[in-house]
Amino acid sequence: MAAGTDTLHDSYQWQTRTNRLGFWLFFLSEVFIFGGLLVARFFLWGGTRPDLPQIPPLLLTVALLLSSFFMFRAEMAIATDDRKTFTRSLLLTAVLGSIFFLGVMFVEWGFTVENGQLVLGNHIKPTDGVYGAVFYGMTGLHALHVISGVIGILLVWNLGRKGHFSAERHWGVEATAIYWHYVDLVWVFFYPALYLIGTAVGHGH
Amino acid sequence: MRVLKLGLVRGLLGGIMGWLFGFALVIGARLALGLPAKWNPNLVADTSTVWRFLATAFAPYEPAMVVGAIFFAIGFMIGVGAVTDWLKWARGIETPFHHGARIPGTPEWARYFNVDYSHKVIGVQYGITGILLLGVGGTLAMIFRLQLAQPELNFVQPDAFNTMISAHGMIMIGAILLGVGAMSNYLVPLMIGANDMAFPRLNAFAFWINVPGALLLSSAMFIGGWNTGWTGYPPLSSQAPLGVQYFFLGVFFIGLSSILGSLNVIVTTITMRSPGMSLFRMPIFVWAAFATSIIQLTATQLIGLSFLMVLMQRIMGMGFFDPGGPVWYEVDKWVGGGNPILFQHLFWFYSHPAVYVFILPGLGIISELLPVFSRKPLFGYKWVAMSSMAIALVGFLVWAHHMFVSGMSNFLRVPFMMSTLLVAVPTGVKFFSWLGTLWGGRIEYKTPMLFALGAISVFLIGGLTGPPLGTVATDMNLTDTYFVVGHFHATMFGGFVFPFFAALYYWFPKATGRMYNERLGQLHFWLMTPAFWVMSLGQIFVGTHGMRRRIASYEFELGIGDAQMMVTIAGFVIFTSVLIMLANLFVLSWRAQRAGANPWRSRGLEWQVPSPMPEMTYATTPIVVGEPYDYGKPGSTYVQFAPAPLAPALGAGVTGGD
Repeated sequence: MAAGTDTLHDSYQWQTRTNRLGFWLFFLSEVFIFGGLLVARFFLWGGTRPDLPQIPPLLLTVALLLSSFFMFRAEMAIATDDRKTFTRSLLLTAVLGSIFFLGVMFVEWGFTVENGQLVLGNHIKPTDGVYGAVFYGMTGLHALHVISGVIGILLVWNLGRKGHFSAERHWGVEATAIYWHYVDLVWVFFYPALYLIGTAVGHGH
Repeated sequence: MRVLKLGLVRGLLGGIMGWLFGFALVIGARLALGLPAKWNPNLVADTSTVWRFLATAFAPYEPAMVVGAIFFAIGFMIGVGAVTDWLKWARGIETPFHHGARIPGTPEWARYFNVDYSHKVIGVQYGITGILLLGVGGTLAMIFRLQLAQPELNFVQPDAFNTMISAHGMIMIGAILLGVGAMSNYLVPLMIGANDMAFPRLNAFAFWINVPGALLLSSAMFIGGWNTGWTGYPPLSSQAPLGVQYFFLGVFFIGLSSILGSLNVIVTTITMRSPGMSLFRMPIFVWAAFATSIIQLTATQLIGLSFLMVLMQRIMGMGFFDPGGPVWYEVDKWVGGGNPILFQHLFWFYSHPAVYVFILPGLGIISELLPVFSRKPLFGYKWVAMSSMAIALVGFLVWAHHMFVSGMSNFLRVPFMMSTLLVAVPTGVKFFSWLGTLWGGRIEYKTPMLFALGAISVFLIGGLTGPPLGTVATDMNLTDTYFVVGHFHATMFGGFVFPFFAALYYWFPKATGRMYNERLGQLHFWLMTPAFWVMSLGQIFVGTHGMRRRIASYEFELGIGDAQMMVTIAGFVIFTSVLIMLANLFVLSWRAQRAGANPWRSRGLEWQVPSPMPEMTYATTPIVVGEPYDYGKPGSTYVQFAPAPLAPALGAGVTGGD
């Protein structure tokens, strides 16, 4: 079989349009796994929620929402070839995203030493019945997406620093930005479902 | 080390290294914290036989086994080279796309063992892997059917029996998903006049992730097996042997393939159709693949989630499905409260639509073949196209009919019964169209056509046994009997196996340029179809006479020994007939006569190019000027070829990039 080229489908513009469609379909698919977790939350917790400290998650939420603003700024900057704002805003986004991720890891989950053994669970443990299970399930899957997003942003930042991307050709930036906004949007649904909706139920000890 | 040039070998090595890394990572972290390596010190390996040793040795290290399996898949994908281009992109290295072997100089046969971006190679890879899995699942069925051939036999031990039926179920589902992937990857670009899929690299990734998935799924049988059936319901699956974890992970990776592959099919169908091919000029199979892909893209996430939740419950103690022991859910405390019914909702939200994933492409193949061999237009084209979409959409609303007796809220039963019976309407449209197409046609009974007709007869058995199971009152009596087994196998054979074989015979000359042996094809059909009728009606019969699903033995007093023997014999006849097909297609046909470009006088796009097809299927862009199925209408044309390649639609001269 001889090699060849497909002139109709090899152009950057055609590929970007196709990539965009594929990316949105990927999000549609992801809606179902996040939606499934939300269904699990309402199925298992009903009108209750675990009584957890409110301030740390609120601050983390602010950090994540702010990061979306800087991601948007980065995308707008590269669209006008403002490379300095572009790389700076990307870095800020990554820092804010990391703050969120580390906050979930070390404040919301927390690691404590019990009987000389490192265990998960500052406020709530994975083994705390359905409250622990759903809490760690939802924050865990979301955190996995956040850290993938942070890695993606850092990769794009690294490429941008080396002079890749331009006002006309920055699908990589656009994709990372959409992904980041999407992860942010998921949290907009998860945060109230975990911390705000329902009657607080204490540990009862 | 020439053998390392084969991606498959590199993948396996990478997988083993990944597995060892993941296993050592978890055990090492545990030892670093000063904890014993075993999670459960009470479990000790049984060294009496190799088999028992494998089945017991790994059980104390369950979390390490799980992490090892995940790294096995990652290591495999890196080793095989499915992510090489993406890793280059991440470092800013551009990899321009070439049609042809990915690594120049690769011999033709080696392309099938390597990552290759051609949709034709990937389609064949899917097909061969699917047939291999079909063989594994079929062999398991042959073994446990021997156990069931007569009452109160002791041929297969109960534990092994449980593992075998569970593995048969899920391995066959994997095989069917791969077969569906084979058909949609191979045929969709051909039928819409494209030279490849929209995302060739993603396509290769989506195929190769099946290999670690299938390996994990099969290896689950050896590390303790599992006794949950293919459904993996908790609480049984949360206490089952270690094998259940590898079953979950295997399904998870095969599911990932479904999601990514279907995404590709949808984008390809939307963006890469030939000029002139409006939606209602697409071949029916493309409609079917499109509808299938909508289900695969979305619903698959839910089975992944449900299995992941049980997996986490087992290794992290997260009690999603654990009601909390003797003390039921205390409102004021964070204990218990889990609910196994939630698992069934999440699981069936995928697993019911999944059966439409299995059958819709097959039904599309039937609609594709009947007009060709009847020399008549397809009856009610638009209705058939829309019926696939309707089945896919209604399929999302019926899942709880699997749960009529599971203890879910009673008020849900009747609405789900109604929605279930609604599926009969679009399915009836398809049957009506098939009969209308055959009516008055000059039918040529070639092997592909025979299998299409056989599929209709078998799918009819499956279709007619559906309403008794979808109706609450009758389902209460039939649930968990062999009647369900009979119904399910009839739908799977009628909706997938028969049409898949029809497709193999039909497109074999196009793919290889050789014609299969028609007499052996006919022999295959005439062995398999009556045997299937016997098997199916036998299963239905024993089901109505008291045979339960998933039991390793039954009493003499049921009086169904003869019928069971018939089912087993019929099963063996089917197995043998499939071997005849494999010999016909993959051994004998290499010496067979050459097939021309269009042996079936089809109007389809792919039949207008030489067989076997060149690397770039359509060097000149096909232009669709008519209706796809106007067989026998004088002067009608479906496709014309442009004299020269069309000018690029957008951005001429731009290649590759960020």
